[in-house]
Amino acid sequence: MPDTLPEIVVIGGSAGSFPIVLHLIESLPLSFPFALVLVLHRQKSGPSEMDKVLSLSTHVPVIEPNDKEFVLPSQVYLAPQNYHLLIEKDRTFSLDYSEAVHYSRPAIDPAFESAGDVFGSRAVGILLSGSNHDGAAGLAHLVAMGGKALIQDPSLCDFSAMPLAGLARVPEAVIVHPSTIVNRLFSP
Amino acid sequence: MNEWIEIQPEQIDDIVQIIREQYGYDFSDYSRASFTRRVKHCMQAAHIKNVTDLQHHLVNEPSFFNWFLQTLTVNVTEMFRDPLFYKALRETVIPRLASYPIIKIWHAGCATGEEVFSMAILLKEAGLLERTRIYATDLNPANLEKARKGIMPLSAMKEYTANYIRSGGVEEFSSYYEAHRDYVQLDSSLLKNVLFSQHNLVTDQVFNEFQLICCRNVLIYFNKILQNRVLQLFYDSLVPLGYLALGMKESLLFMDVRPRFDSIKDEAKIFRRKN
Repeated sequence: MPDTLPEIVVIGGSAGSFPIVLHLIESLPLSFPFALVLVLHRQKSGPSEMDKVLSLSTHVPVIEPNDKEFVLPSQVYLAPQNYHLLIEKDRTFSLDYSEAVHYSRPAIDPAFESAGDVFGSRAVGILLSGSNHDGAAGLAHLVAMGGKALIQDPSLCDFSAMPLAGLARVPEAVIVHPSTIVNRLFSP
Repeated sequence: MNEWIEIQPEQIDDIVQIIREQYGYDFSDYSRASFTRRVKHCMQAAHIKNVTDLQHHLVNEPSFFNWFLQTLTVNVTEMFRDPLFYKALRETVIPRLASYPIIKIWHAGCATGEEVFSMAILLKEAGLLERTRIYATDLNPANLEKARKGIMPLSAMKEYTANYIRSGGVEEFSSYYEAHRDYVQLDSSLLKNVLFSQHNLVTDQVFNEFQLICCRNVLIYFNKILQNRVLQLFYDSLVPLGYLALGMKESLLFMDVRPRFDSIKDEAKIFRRKN
């Protein structure tokens, strides 16, 4: 494997992103050289079964990490309900129960930001369909730290506010069709 | 939109050092990722644009530090947060506590007290409140002052009531407080046997022996070194077969004390000290 492949891929999505995420996980090979982290806006109240739904529908188990669990390649992680997901320098997850960001917890900004801090040029941030501005500032930071940004083509999104905010903040981001995302992760 | 603030890791070291040397609070073993986030949060809230200015305020203005400490620590809490946890307490832990003549419970990192209020309601409903002593501690004096008053926003009650019902509560939830225009006053008899006091998990020691310690969503702000130390403190503060309750995404899995606890309710993160 060329060493320019990412070590971490963080996907942020909100309204309209769930089918894309599902398809993306289904398209993954059985093993892959990076950790895939999903940060999806979700309802606060009621126990969330999103990890189970994702795991049932795909061949890859989707894990909601515990605090200080190691970030490992070939794993799909889902940011747990009611926590912001951060990453420490020692490559463990760190959870945070502080105030919602953009009305969301988990929010996308903090996850992009800390992936950029820890993984630098080996981080990829992907922003999908959604109806608020979460993720734009974090993606800009991830790119400033040397990482790569992909944004779903707003014209192909059910809700374009989030990708449009991302593009306004990170004009150098690559605009992608959802079906091409997985291939891009394997070509440096 | 908020200003985006950049901070270098060395600058965080400097801030930790100033706070430690000047005010005696030691944040060096806090989780760096979330601590850095909190520092940025404080800077945004105070409209401070760069770290040098922040350092200047910290060094020269003790009153600024008080505000900073209050804003830095995460004080987000709810009544009956994670109803499934309270259901497990109700069904599994509280009946066991009933066998002790005096029940002693420690809420470590109680923030503004909402989890303590919830515990008091559970104990009252089990007929145990009269012979229970709850020690509720926090790093932050402002939190404790607020908790002692038992005042909460009226707007939160809808959610708390739903949480209470999902936790298995069958009483009229509104009977536990008096509603005012925009706030509620918790029934003060619930707090009769609660002692709120300052305790710093980083520096303070064992101060009593407990049958149950609740420390939910506090350890997440610590690094592994400090987590291990605090868990040892909890172990030493528990009676044999005493219970430890952690947050829903906190785990003993990678911790030194793991072999000395049994997990009695995996999904509610309730552990029990071995005999």
